[in-house]
Amino acid sequence: MNETIGLIIIGIGVAFDFFGIIGLLRLPDVYNRLQAATKCVTLGTCGIMFGTLVYIGFTSLGIKALIAIPFIFFTAATGSHALARGAHKFGVKLWDKSICDKYEGDKGK
Amino acid sequence: MMYIFVIILIGIAFLCSIRVWLGPTMADRMVAVDMFGILVVGITPLLAILYKREFLIDIGLAWILISFIGTIALAKYLEGRKFDE
Repeated sequence: MNETIGLIIIGIGVAFDFFGIIGLLRLPDVYNRLQAATKCVTLGTCGIMFGTLVYIGFTSLGIKALIAIPFIFFTAATGSHALARGAHKFGVKLWDKSICDKYEGDKGK
Repeated sequence: MMYIFVIILIGIAFLCSIRVWLGPTMADRMVAVDMFGILVVGITPLLAILYKREFLIDIGLAWILISFIGTIALAKYLEGRKFDE
């Protein structure tokens, strides 16, 4: 029973990873790609870790998988924020159909 | 079933390398390399279940932290600052 639920959660995680990579390949802009890829891949990998915990129970492998979840959450969010800021300061242009750039207005203050 | 998941994830990681190859700017390539690291971390617990070797997830835990430090360093380089600021 636990194994079936764990496999379902791992399958959901793999599906989220797949959607994230489709976003990374298809979207037009650095910032759009960063948004799609970071959110989907973070949730997908955390789903795989949680599914591992449900599949195998509270053994040492399951506890390590549980510990890995906050690591992935914090490091992925912080890294993508730093990347977006660095790309904007480096001068990467937005997509031509983007209509709003709040960070450009805040930069002078 | 685990075999199928591992094969799908390895295929996704190869799709990620297409963006490294095509990416028009340097930031695109860095985003793709960051995502590649998180995907490989997702493969490790499945391999640990499949082959019953628990040390494989330790590789994943170390990989997260190393990839985070690499991303931060490259972002500072992209921003045009020195590393010791």
